[in-house]
Amino acid sequence: MALLDIRNLRVEFRTAQGLFPAVDGIDLTVDEGELLGVVGESGSGKSVTMLALMGLLPWTANVTADRMEFAGRDMLSIPPRERRRLTGAEMAMIFQEPMSSLNPCFTVGFQLTEAIKVHQGGTRRQRRDQAAELLQQVGIPSAASRLSAFPHQLSGGMNQRVMIAMAIACNPKLLIADEPTTALDVTIQAQILDLLVQLQRERGMALILITHDMAVVAETARRVNVMYAGQQVETRPVDSLFDNPRHPYTAALLDALPERASGKTRLPTIPGVVPGIADRPGGCLFHPRCRFAQQRCKTNRPELESDRDGRVRCFFPLDRGEPTDWPEDAESRGSAA
Amino acid sequence: MSGETVLTAENLVRTYTTGGGMFRAAADVKALAGVSFSLRAGRTLAVVGESGCGKSTLARLVTMIEKPTDGVLRVDGRDVVGADYQERKRLRQEVQIVFQDPYGSLNPRKKVGAILEEPLRINTRMSAADRKERAESMMAHVGLRREHYSRYPHMFSGGQRQRIAIARALMLQPRILVADEPVSALDVSIQAQVLNLLMDLQDEFDLAYLFISHDLSVVRHIAEDIMVMYLGRAVEHGPREAIFDAPRHPYTQALLASTPAVEPAHRRERIALTGELPSPINPPSGCAFHPRCPFATDRCRTERPELRPVHGREVACHHAEAIADGVATRKGATAAADASAAQ
Repeated sequence: MALLDIRNLRVEFRTAQGLFPAVDGIDLTVDEGELLGVVGESGSGKSVTMLALMGLLPWTANVTADRMEFAGRDMLSIPPRERRRLTGAEMAMIFQEPMSSLNPCFTVGFQLTEAIKVHQGGTRRQRRDQAAELLQQVGIPSAASRLSAFPHQLSGGMNQRVMIAMAIACNPKLLIADEPTTALDVTIQAQILDLLVQLQRERGMALILITHDMAVVAETARRVNVMYAGQQVETRPVDSLFDNPRHPYTAALLDALPERASGKTRLPTIPGVVPGIADRPGGCLFHPRCRFAQQRCKTNRPELESDRDGRVRCFFPLDRGEPTDWPEDAESRGSAA
Repeated sequence: MSGETVLTAENLVRTYTTGGGMFRAAADVKALAGVSFSLRAGRTLAVVGESGCGKSTLARLVTMIEKPTDGVLRVDGRDVVGADYQERKRLRQEVQIVFQDPYGSLNPRKKVGAILEEPLRINTRMSAADRKERAESMMAHVGLRREHYSRYPHMFSGGQRQRIAIARALMLQPRILVADEPVSALDVSIQAQVLNLLMDLQDEFDLAYLFISHDLSVVRHIAEDIMVMYLGRAVEHGPREAIFDAPRHPYTQALLASTPAVEPAHRRERIALTGELPSPINPPSGCAFHPRCPFATDRCRTERPELRPVHGREVACHHAEAIADGVATRKGATAAADASAAQ
């Protein structure tokens, strides 16, 4: 049974201009011990999805879903008291900016033992020993003496390690890492990613890695979710996604990477920008920027349908860069393979 | 003329003084400890390195925001450091800069037209009508529409703001453009648009770019020459092919190996760098990289390596040849697979 099972998640924000759907029909399943990558540009709803799961959204958000279960518990109807017991213990989250996630007024040791105190109790000495051991596990040298350091005394990479230590303190079943390395240098990014993958393997914990960096996903995840403008557009195993992307957005995103262009030539670009609150198009959300858009894409919104080894939200999924069933024989129906 | 040298820097040094407050003694930070390079028209030099390596200090010196503590900087063959006020003012027009954050670098109270015309208003005696004409033609060059002239920056997306910032930098028809992480705040699809624009403008105006970045895949795409910096010094400097195909400095190798790659073929054996960037207030003795270097020997701990030519590029490493031939041995257990990376 899946550890996390979300069906048709919708998050709407009440704004001055009316309801804005930040997340629109996300399906997400994560098995125990799985490493799932979630990629998308800014505004694609990847963070909001996870905040909805954690119950960290402000009151202006309406969260609805057909199903939202974590470890067999319904997260939609869960009482706040019980949710607080789960958050930070069975599922934990780390954020992009380690410097602003930690409280600058308290020592690292205080903040680390606080999490343990809330969820596990124990004596002060036990908590302190456990905190030192955690810091050691995340690769902080002379861990015991670092407990009395303040966040400003540590570098960005060290602070992110502290955040990771805090997140794994109560042996979570699911760890959500939201852009954990974006604020860090490349050599430190490599260290942190290696650490996350190693912890995930050793502890058999499920890890959701949210990032905008295709290359990070390619190197770490086994299954990938691609998001665009609040919708999931494609999900499949990492190898086949990068080898033969089926959704035009995934394909265009990969083509736009400088790494895939050879020599000093112009990069293929995606015209336009991600639609915002005022200019969400009808039909397929990607059609104004899609090279292959047809009349049908402008009027009908495609569903997320099963497709080979994954799922894709497109009427004419690509095969080796060429759309299938396009355009003559496409009249009857889309290509639910 | 394409290929003409427009800027030379010799042994640039910039020192800052920090501390000196109630709790700490004053200390000198060598943000830049002697860097030499030249820029040529129509070509791009990329400066690569982690935070604290001195890339942004270099940008501030080249754009004449600050004077170097020591060293020679020549723009168009004229000495910048010794120049008087008028001369510096004239030379500043030759070097313009685009910053990383397109949200912070545009004045939110000014319309795009006013932002673009400001350099002209300050530096030239053009009439208002001429300024407007110049602004509109530059907007067309960078892919902004005519009606954008009277809009405010907040009405634009990040990519479009970066276009405005680039247009502003080019208003005075400079010969050198310093781009300080111009695409790292942008999404991938927008990043490609801005990179294309920068390459088009370079061809059109024969600009020399000093491209500062930490993203090696972007650098590989846009730059002909690459300078890798570590703690205020260049550790490897040479043509793109030499550096990417066969890096000789262990830091360059580690940097390349740490960069995640989409293509499995581009992935390299991770050379795990232990530890973090040391503080520039108290840099390590000898080679500044030795505490993190897998090949370090006693010589590295005492004697600082100078830049010297090795296989078509300059490297500051005592063991560049040995590393290239796969002879040098690593301290760690992962001694295996660098011969392939070095070939």
